[in-house]
Amino acid sequence: MPEGLDPKLAHVVSQWPHDRPLNACRFDPLGRFVFCGSEDALVERFNLADGARTLFTGGHETWVISLASSRDGAQIISGGCDGKISWWNTIGDAAPPVRTIEAHKGWIRALDVSPDGTLLVSGGNDGRVCLWNIADGKLVRELSSHTRHVYSVAFHPQGKFVLSGDLIGVLKQSDIASGAEVRTFDAKPLHTYEGGQQVDFGGIRSIAVSPDGKWLAAGGLYKASNPLGSVHEPLVLLFNWETQKLERQQIAEGITGGVIWRLRWLADGSLMGLSSGGSGGILIFWKPDADKDYFRFGLPNLARDMDLHPDGLQVATAHYDKHVRITRLAAKTA
Amino acid sequence: MNIHYACKSLEHRIARRQFLGTMAVAGAGAMTGGLGVFSTPAVANQLRSDQKRIVVFNMHGGLSQLESWDPKPGTATGGPFRAIPTSVPGIHISELLPETAREMHHLCLVRGVNTSEDDHGKGAYMMLTGRRQTPAADYPQIGAVAAKALTPADTSLPGYILITPGGGGGRGADSAYLGPKYSSVQLGNGNPPQNTTRPEAMAEASDVARQDLRRHVNERFLNRRRTAVTEAFTYSYEQAQQLMRQRDVFDVTKEPEADAERYGKHDFGRHCLLARRLLEKGITFVQLSHSNYDTHNENFNFHIEQLAEFDRSFSCFVADIAARGMLDSTLIVVLSEFGRTPNINQYYGRDHWSRSWSICMGGCRVPRGHAFGKTSADGTAVEDGEVDHGKLFRTYLEAVGVDSSGSFDIAGQQIPIADPAVSAVPELLT
Repeated sequence: MPEGLDPKLAHVVSQWPHDRPLNACRFDPLGRFVFCGSEDALVERFNLADGARTLFTGGHETWVISLASSRDGAQIISGGCDGKISWWNTIGDAAPPVRTIEAHKGWIRALDVSPDGTLLVSGGNDGRVCLWNIADGKLVRELSSHTRHVYSVAFHPQGKFVLSGDLIGVLKQSDIASGAEVRTFDAKPLHTYEGGQQVDFGGIRSIAVSPDGKWLAAGGLYKASNPLGSVHEPLVLLFNWETQKLERQQIAEGITGGVIWRLRWLADGSLMGLSSGGSGGILIFWKPDADKDYFRFGLPNLARDMDLHPDGLQVATAHYDKHVRITRLAAKTA
Repeated sequence: MNIHYACKSLEHRIARRQFLGTMAVAGAGAMTGGLGVFSTPAVANQLRSDQKRIVVFNMHGGLSQLESWDPKPGTATGGPFRAIPTSVPGIHISELLPETAREMHHLCLVRGVNTSEDDHGKGAYMMLTGRRQTPAADYPQIGAVAAKALTPADTSLPGYILITPGGGGGRGADSAYLGPKYSSVQLGNGNPPQNTTRPEAMAEASDVARQDLRRHVNERFLNRRRTAVTEAFTYSYEQAQQLMRQRDVFDVTKEPEADAERYGKHDFGRHCLLARRLLEKGITFVQLSHSNYDTHNENFNFHIEQLAEFDRSFSCFVADIAARGMLDSTLIVVLSEFGRTPNINQYYGRDHWSRSWSICMGGCRVPRGHAFGKTSADGTAVEDGEVDHGKLFRTYLEAVGVDSSGSFDIAGQQIPIADPAVSAVPELLT
């Protein structure tokens, strides 16, 4: 347990600007940098020590919306709205990508790296879930596909399974070795079809398995009475991993405009979610034994992505106002 | 609301001739008490090679010009989508419309639309009537105008069909001073007109008898009190009778299964196929809509979903109209009430924007494979070829051969067909 971890003491310690609104952020596993993707074709690196910004170009034609770090911290991997995945060396001056592959037809909304660091999983708007060799970018195999856009992917901590979630609330557990679908979790509460507006909306925006493997959390939104007008509330579905039973629907009362963009488990057993929408950008904290949150921390601006530093205390958030912010979940230091 | 037949206007003389003429064709006693613009289905189905038709695709809520006809990739306002080449060298559109891009040589983009109205209702009114809405006057929508100006006198089908995305049906209140005869017949979710099947409990002979009785009573009444209201009332009954006889015209399931598959097995695909069928059967004006583009929130997600559906069906429609030799006689218009803001808001949304947006046209006199007008690099202003709703309305009419500077004679009053203060856009007419 990180010394001093206490979400109720959360406070913003740093913020650094970019030129465009930010879409995504990830720390590197060695805790030196935070990388961002933005409403341009760049990957930005911010040095946590001094906020120095380095821009990486040449990998994408359009927005970067997903990021993942190699386990050794040597590379950051980016996914774009152009269907491409690019590998970048994390240290040194800005350089062209190590490699770029044409990975999906359409957006790559989510990336994750396997616990052993050898595999990358990607989910795309083409419904495909693909495993890539992280060392050379070769396709290893495709996993069970989805009929609609894939919104989120995650490796199970034990490294045998990949979880993938889509727009209509289908959450698949696929076997890495065979690619076959093992189980499907019903996350349909996270999907809305609004007949008046004739739109599908919602989706499984984030997946997070608790470190002990007991809980599978799927985040998104519900009560979407006006999808086109951003009227919806954040929701987390908490499944028992073994039984697949939906144990809890975790809510945040009073947040009438919000969607869970990302979930991370904290070392104290809390589940942290980033909610953003009409009610602002908010970090929300739940315990697995309660439906309602026990704390929420308002961020200065709407945020689209969040990540937890390896120290378990710092939280990065990628904001619409063109800033990446670092929030510390502990008491202020002198 | 008495009609002053004594005014001897051309409109009324024509209507009177139609009435009498059809009565004569129908035979003594067969159509008395009815309005005589209908004839036999065989005659009605005979498509005239010179008949001009219009189809309007209303992209309900406000299609983003940046995600469709006027992409600005790589700019702060451009969004995440790329531009792709089309079948016309030099013209690029959003990557969300790959199939439509292949049909661009049939189409014409109008990229300099400035309507200066960001309200849904007012914007829709302007785009469909060519006038700004005022409390002082109401104007007929383009469908009603087309129905009156273009529909052959001897057709037995309604001139203005509105395919609505939901259920319902009936008649629209969209013909203003042209009267209910030219208002839309609405096909809720593309289904045939409501109440056009004889109740099962009623024998055919009984139905014939009651219709004869109705006509007989109508005849007596009309002999003494002919008014616009009574005429429209009678017309509605006779039109309903004709619709019942020609219900198949509206039955999209009569189209080949392969075409249904090609257009897409969703509502909009079915509606597009129905539009093709209706136009082929001689309907003058068909309007269909696609919902919903009012994307203040997650504009890009919704445009991916909606435009994927639109692209497939619309491109099939355009290709088919061209392949069947109907492009010279069919004006295609894709419009909205306005476009969407170049600025991307905090919810990944785009808001209402009417100062620099786009529509798409095709067919009849409209130049093919053409892009007219230009917006600034960030899409926030029209730089060249600015047009508005009034000019476009007149251009639609001129494209189908209607003199947009003419007038309707309504009860002896000359009412301009279109806004006399503006003119058609010559660059959009060949």
